[in-house]
Amino acid sequence: MEEQELPYVLIATIGGIDGVYEDHVEFLKKHFNLITMKQFHEHKSHLSEKIKAIYMWWNKPVANQELLSSLPNLKVIATGGAGVDHLDLKLISSFGVKVANTPIAVSNATADMGMALMLASARRIVEGCQIAVSPNTEYFAADWLGDEVTGATLGIIGMGRIGYKVAQRAKAFEMKILYHNRSQRKEEEEQAVGAIYCKNIDDLLLQSDFVMLCVNLTPQTEKLIGKKELEMMKPTATLINISRGLVVDQDALVEALQNGVIKAAALDVTYPEPLPRNHPLLTLKNIIITPHVGGSTTKSCRLVMENMVESILAALNGLPIPNEVNPPK
Amino acid sequence: MPQWRDPANHVMAKQEQPGLLIHEIGGVDGVLEGHVELLKKHFHLITMKEFLENKKRLNEKIRSVFIHECKPVIDRELLQSLPHLKVIANSGVGVDHLDLKLIASFGIKVTNTPHAVSDSTADIGMALMLASARRLVEGCQISVSPQTEHFAADWLGDEVTGATLGIIGMGSIGYKVAKRAKAFEMKILYHNRNQRKEEEEKAVGACYCEKMEDLLQQSDFVMLVVNLTPQTFRFIGKRELELMKPSATLINISRGAVVDQDALVEALQNGTIKAAALDVTYPEPLPRDHSLLKLKNIIITPHIGTATVQATRKMTEEAVANILAVLNGLTIPSEVIPI
Repeated sequence: MEEQELPYVLIATIGGIDGVYEDHVEFLKKHFNLITMKQFHEHKSHLSEKIKAIYMWWNKPVANQELLSSLPNLKVIATGGAGVDHLDLKLISSFGVKVANTPIAVSNATADMGMALMLASARRIVEGCQIAVSPNTEYFAADWLGDEVTGATLGIIGMGRIGYKVAQRAKAFEMKILYHNRSQRKEEEEQAVGAIYCKNIDDLLLQSDFVMLCVNLTPQTEKLIGKKELEMMKPTATLINISRGLVVDQDALVEALQNGVIKAAALDVTYPEPLPRNHPLLTLKNIIITPHVGGSTTKSCRLVMENMVESILAALNGLPIPNEVNPPK
Repeated sequence: MPQWRDPANHVMAKQEQPGLLIHEIGGVDGVLEGHVELLKKHFHLITMKEFLENKKRLNEKIRSVFIHECKPVIDRELLQSLPHLKVIANSGVGVDHLDLKLIASFGIKVTNTPHAVSDSTADIGMALMLASARRLVEGCQISVSPQTEHFAADWLGDEVTGATLGIIGMGSIGYKVAKRAKAFEMKILYHNRNQRKEEEEKAVGACYCEKMEDLLQQSDFVMLVVNLTPQTFRFIGKRELELMKPSATLINISRGAVVDQDALVEALQNGTIKAAALDVTYPEPLPRDHSLLKLKNIIITPHIGTATVQATRKMTEEAVANILAVLNGLTIPSEVIPI
């Protein structure tokens, strides 16, 4: 196909700290004429009518009123990852533009990360690594102990695709699995992972040794875990967050960790990301924080990219769009 | 067995209690304070310090030794000074620090605690594999570093789900690792002295590699779960590391001496393998100027495979049960027979 015939797709930039990956460019250019934001601004009059799709990588470019107004023929925005909380879905829908995300592509890597954080926290891996390399270490103390994951109780809040995969993994560690979800899962699904439904989130919080947050961020789940919820947790329990920072009331979490209301926390997500360098969470001893890497594996990111391409092509060809996100009612 | 006859429930008066020699209570490597009550329920505890000060009076009483963190050290001199010693109970499964032949020559039995350690050690194997693959330790450093202004989008790790795990040593611990890895949809290869039964292999989806080379060449993660014996001493050396994929990670939860450490340093420096995650080294800890401590593509934990409140308790309980079985002439749950 001649280059001019490939559909024009807007991206933020290539390479650098948050651009489209250089490794992915070859594949993308097979299907699209990639236009960076810089190129768009430089040639707006020429390009604005040609752009039919936005390829949103790491939440960029931002789909605001200004951008949407300048793209009269925009059909679809494909965003990488499972979350859509960074998008104004109402606004986008008002322009008649469709949205697709990639909830499936990141689910294994994110479930793996949840397990990694739970194990690292319980067994004090980060602290242990520091001891192993510290210039001051002369011996390894025998009374330095962590908590057992095998046989402990895991409470999963949000039993969607990712939550269920966490349950599948946790079952192999003979964990007792409780879950809380908007709706109960089918009996066969529960039995396959040995998960017990807690209609009331309190029951889950009271009984769990590890509480893992696997929900979407919505107005209903914002600050779902606050002072009251943290106080219901066991003082020996650990909170693990692989969903979105805003699902937790961070100030309440700081207080709970400082006062021993809960034992520890392990967060892959915070708000903002990164936290300001003087944030109290960064000074606590009983927390580990990773830089939002739940979906960050070479394999998963490649799959995300391929899924986004698939969704864009379907939208531009008038076909049913895989992973379409329905506009809010 | 009626409850009153079960040795674990038979609490004797203190003078009647068999003497149990231990290194010390508390401190860096002593018996955990929280376990003393359990031991005193069945035994008259005698520390090495007390014994050395009172050898003549105490040597007749000591019928058992409880080894914790490889202490007290068992040598010929000690064995000769304990004429009534019947059993040496090790806390933990590895007995490479014991001269089994020497001890057997005195007619003394040796026991270990294989059941108590298997879950927590399998968990550590999985924890190290996940932490290494997902660059967890590095990630934590980035999150808290004063220099961090943004999180780079192109900072990626390796997927564990669906990758190939090669388990070298498929005993109780190796098998539990396989069970856990199966839930991550990993392809599981294993190498062992003997092949496991077909049902056992099927239950975890594990494929036997009679030749270790086949396992090394195909695995994304190689996990060492063997005992340390003369046969496994430094059995992962230059040749084995070169057989591994350059994208592979070596995980060691067995004993440091199973790996040729100099060869490992070189392999990690030259990119012969991608990374390593070690819970064990030799010695422990490593000298502070050791090359392994300077590498970026390694994580090392301070031999914490069994370091949980639950596992340590179970180890002491299992050791107690073994000692009582020997002293009461009953079937010994976990006797270690010298080969």
